[in-house]
Amino acid sequence: MEKQKKTLVIGVIGADVHAVGNQILYHAFTDAGFNVINLGVMVSQEEFINAAIETNADAIVVSSLYGQGELDCRGLREKCDEAGLEHILLYVGGNIVIGKQPFEEVEKRFKAMGFDRSFPPGTPPEVDIAYLKQDLHVED
Amino acid sequence: MKPVLLIDFGSTYTKVTAVDVDAPRLLGTANSYTTIETDINNGLKTALEKLEAKTGRLDFCARYACSSAAGGLRMLASGLVPELTAEAAKTASLGAGAKVLKTYSFKLNEDDADEIRELNPDIFLLVGGTDGGNTETIIHNAKVIADIGGDYPVILAGNRNAARTCARILEGREVHVTENVMPSFNVLNTEPVQKEIREVFLNRIIQAKGLSKAAELINGIMMPTPSAVMEAIRLLAEGTETQKGIGDLVAVDVGGATTDVYSVAEGLPDDPRTALRGIPEPYIKRTVEGDIGMRYSIRGIIEAAGLKKTAEIAGMREEQLSDIVDLFATHTDLLPFDEASQRADEALASMAVRVAMTRHAGRLSEIFGLGGLQLIQTGKNLLNVDQFIVTGGSLIHTEHTGRIASYGFFDEEDPGSLKPKQCTVLVDRSYIIAAMGLLSQYYPDAALTILKEELIKDDGTK
Repeated sequence: MEKQKKTLVIGVIGADVHAVGNQILYHAFTDAGFNVINLGVMVSQEEFINAAIETNADAIVVSSLYGQGELDCRGLREKCDEAGLEHILLYVGGNIVIGKQPFEEVEKRFKAMGFDRSFPPGTPPEVDIAYLKQDLHVED
Repeated sequence: MKPVLLIDFGSTYTKVTAVDVDAPRLLGTANSYTTIETDINNGLKTALEKLEAKTGRLDFCARYACSSAAGGLRMLASGLVPELTAEAAKTASLGAGAKVLKTYSFKLNEDDADEIRELNPDIFLLVGGTDGGNTETIIHNAKVIADIGGDYPVILAGNRNAARTCARILEGREVHVTENVMPSFNVLNTEPVQKEIREVFLNRIIQAKGLSKAAELINGIMMPTPSAVMEAIRLLAEGTETQKGIGDLVAVDVGGATTDVYSVAEGLPDDPRTALRGIPEPYIKRTVEGDIGMRYSIRGIIEAAGLKKTAEIAGMREEQLSDIVDLFATHTDLLPFDEASQRADEALASMAVRVAMTRHAGRLSEIFGLGGLQLIQTGKNLLNVDQFIVTGGSLIHTEHTGRIASYGFFDEEDPGSLKPKQCTVLVDRSYIIAAMGLLSQYYPDAALTILKEELIKDDGTK
């Protein structure tokens, strides 16, 4: 596990048990050359942060599929700041809000919550990977 | 007949156990005060004389010893995140038979440094960061330890990318570098660090603690007493090549200062849909409750279990129990002296067992999500363990051992606590568990036979 690889902590936040998408992301990110710490489903904010501290992660990628993402994600950035992870990249994706809302607004709200990027339902992993490489300055 | 002598140099008593490994059977036990301040052999000699007064002269073909004298193997550990590498460091140290005085997390500060200087451990275990992960904290902590000075050895078992740097910072000190106790996220790797702890204990601690004089008289394997207990429990559960073990079990040792709990079980959830949380649990797990003990830590029992509840179980007024607790706390060598103090002692032992078991056992919690009920387990599931071994003075010198032990079982009032549902209680009446752990290193079959023979069933109705 060389440090040249960028480390991502991924998982499905809150009481959400949707395991499949997260598994796909795990394989896609690993194939793309990342060192991926997969926390699985039903992950609390504290677990994301603890894993990121120990592994010196470069980004936390949060999934939420059951509509409660906005509630579950609130305060994560502040907790990261508190834990000394001020510079960690935060991504979120999935069905992160309830109902059909214009995604621009959703994105704005998550931006205000401290998430560097948010992704609407149905985003292919390649899109996340491209942004991750861009934001983490990974050259192909 | 082939007699073997097993010695346990305890903090207060030196206990000797003689067995015939040919038969195999227990020949006798005796004890005397530990004489670590003068010459540890004096206490051993007295104990031996007492033993041979009972058994007749014995021509021992081997002598093995374990020790928890002079404070036991006193360790301090520092990790990064409390629930991750710091917990892993603690689990590994306890599993190696150490007495973990304190576990630090994140960066050590000046107050911590003062405290470490004050505590002056036998070993400092420095960990933190997964391999390739955080290096900043362990390097900072290595500097703090270097600045504190002292001559105790430091074991490095953290992020391998920081190992060399840390070793350089600690140059001039005895440093042992070994594999990371958590090489990747949530993976426990306790064996290499435990091996290192054992070696440091053998090569250094025995010397430093004035036990080496005794080492000349015995054939060796000095190990910390808790390690000997763990070896016995492992043997009893797993068996040998030729003899079956008794399977999964829990063992509780209620002492004067601490209460130790051991469990041998995978401890996985009953329902495979249950989500597991926290670091992986060792198959053989030891926990130590430093605030729960029958004399030195008697107030800790009341603090954890409540005076009202304990008095209720003792069947006495709170004031009366309070007075007895005060008495035991100040006169730590006092045994129950009348009917009331006996009842108090048993109620306190019951609460000690309950508190220590609740802390040792895992917990099941329920979350209602959109998908319905979801179960989450942290720690070990011991619901299905059906053998409960008890040892320690307050438990083996009463007729009510079974009843006291049952306080460590599953409790309707706290259904989330995954303690054993129904158990056969086995009592270490002759107090031989540690001795059999020692014996198991050379004569596993004899040790197992004697354990099975000497652990007495208590159906709890007596």
